[in-house]
Amino acid sequence: MSKVTRFAAADPGPAARVSGFMAHLRDHGFRLGVAETETALRALSCVNPIVPSDARLALKSVCAGSVEEIAQFDLLFDAFWMAEGRVRQKVMPTKQAKAPEKSKTSRMDESQSIKGQGTIHTPEDGNDGTETYAEATGKLVASKASNLMKKDLRELVSAEDIRGAELVAIRLGNALRHRRSRRRKAARKGTQLDLRRTMRHSLSTGGEPLRLAKRRRPERPLKIVALCDVSGSMMNYARPFLAFLAGLMRADDASDAYLFHTRLVRITNALRDDDPLRALNRITLLADGFGGGSKIGATLQQFTNGYARNFVDGRSVVIILSDGYDSDTSEVMGAALTNLKRRNCKIVWLNPLKGWQGYEPVAKGMATAFPHLDVFAAATTLNDLADLEHILARL
Amino acid sequence: MTSWTELQTSLAKTGYIASDDLATALHIAVTLGRPLLLEGAAGVGKTEVARALATVNETQLIRLQCYEGLDASQAIYEWNYQRQLLSIRAASEAGETGAAVEARIFSEDYLLERPLLRAIRQEKAPVLLIDEIDRADEEFEAYLLEVLSEFQITIPELGTISATTRPLVILTANGTRDLSDALRRRCIYAHVEYPDRQTELAILASRCPGVEAQLGLQIVGFVQKLREEELEKVPGIAEMLDFAAALAGLGIKDLTADPTVLQACLATLLKTQADRAAIPTEIAQRIAGKAA
Repeated sequence: MSKVTRFAAADPGPAARVSGFMAHLRDHGFRLGVAETETALRALSCVNPIVPSDARLALKSVCAGSVEEIAQFDLLFDAFWMAEGRVRQKVMPTKQAKAPEKSKTSRMDESQSIKGQGTIHTPEDGNDGTETYAEATGKLVASKASNLMKKDLRELVSAEDIRGAELVAIRLGNALRHRRSRRRKAARKGTQLDLRRTMRHSLSTGGEPLRLAKRRRPERPLKIVALCDVSGSMMNYARPFLAFLAGLMRADDASDAYLFHTRLVRITNALRDDDPLRALNRITLLADGFGGGSKIGATLQQFTNGYARNFVDGRSVVIILSDGYDSDTSEVMGAALTNLKRRNCKIVWLNPLKGWQGYEPVAKGMATAFPHLDVFAAATTLNDLADLEHILARL
Repeated sequence: MTSWTELQTSLAKTGYIASDDLATALHIAVTLGRPLLLEGAAGVGKTEVARALATVNETQLIRLQCYEGLDASQAIYEWNYQRQLLSIRAASEAGETGAAVEARIFSEDYLLERPLLRAIRQEKAPVLLIDEIDRADEEFEAYLLEVLSEFQITIPELGTISATTRPLVILTANGTRDLSDALRRRCIYAHVEYPDRQTELAILASRCPGVEAQLGLQIVGFVQKLREEELEKVPGIAEMLDFAAALAGLGIKDLTADPTVLQACLATLLKTQADRAAIPTEIAQRIAGKAA
């Protein structure tokens, strides 16, 4: 294999090479469009592109758009342009990669990487085993403690009770609704004079400002983004929580809902179904793997890097309904929540286990999450949910 | 076409030592006429870049400080209402007709320029610094995008004002919230880091030429070590320069000579109660000893 480049045989020209590089970056999660390729080419013309370090700096300033991307960029650049990119090596170092062994020939390398893939699958399977174990303990604890509860949400199975939960959800939604904006808007009544409009009105009265126009701070709705855990350990709470979500969704059109277990599913559209019970059934169909294991960290990470970029901003409240039993390491969840928090949203974690006597967030996942949360509250009984109204109104 | 190394040299002449990354990004942004987005911790000299660039280009610096609730009347333009009122009164006494008055009081004489409008109406392209964009609301960010791509501003009473010259736009952000992808995509990006030892020595030498070489080494070493400690507010470059100025002003020749003076001078570096408590005299002495 040639050591110099992997496109030397039939070189289609610098433009194609650069767009190849852009595709390479895109494969690694950079968000770049066609316009960036053009900018990159023009940026290269500003420097001396023959000098690798110049080309590197120029492309970095165009392609990387955040600290994380800058940290990744040098490796990706080397891999693509410096012929360190035996393609295999690049694909491998994902989170699961074993310490890469230096190989002598490319064939050796390939065979190893295939082997590597094999081993990646095995621990996955192992993971499933531990998940079931985690669920088992979760359920065990749950059934033990349920005796202490007066009225648990899982008793709410009839349609009326679901409707009751919805009412609470709607009230909660309304409590979250109002957040004063700091920008002022024209209004009929207000605390501040709108000089601009007053001036305009005064023209008709010969400069006498008879009609005073006012401005005030408008109320901006907070957008609710709800993530509901439907893994095995949460199974007992899933239906009422979904009813709760359905209520939230119907209360306003801007909100958003997701389910997660080992994957993340967006259920906003399904929940907008007019018939609440049919909505629940549609979701059950959507959420393949309902009641399975839980990968809270990974799904939160997926949410943060995906949907959150479009749907979460400074006027959002992210509500996570989960017991915090995670089969991922707690670092993953910590990192995901840190990133999510950087979108400036409020994070509310409703944990059914918190309603139990003497509960402390000691489960490792919960303990990691705790510092990132704006509200950490219980959600086991309808009364708990109703109490949330006051807490959420303070956000 | 000048190269980025030339830009780096001319920036250095104004007293700004730019890293290779930053100089390249700045050069590309200037050449392509794109806005430059600078991110980095507080006190690494983001704002100073704009000032240095304005000096190099011999043009003026127009600064827009962003804050939550920033709106059009603060960022773009506002009518001078007091003058308008007076003018209307005067006109009605002189018996002028309504249409003529309206045309006059909504003319440019009565327009107050705010930074964005001012920046696009200069004879010579200025440097427009939009500081701490992440503090402004998302709506303002979206509006800014429009201005930055069209370089024109529409005033209902007056019509559309197009840019006479395109300003060099520099945006800074502290990373307190994520900026929209759209804004990031329009900008050339550079992340400004705390300078390494050599760079910081060069900055100290260019800003405080009075500080002796030996003391300079100690100061930079001390501050660099201090940044590795777990502090709430990591001292930036401006703090380092204050520290150096304080020591020079007290006539100190050796950092380790007098623990009480060193502790007193830490007031220029550590700005919170917790940080002061985290670095008591013994630790300060140990760090100073290592730095020497």
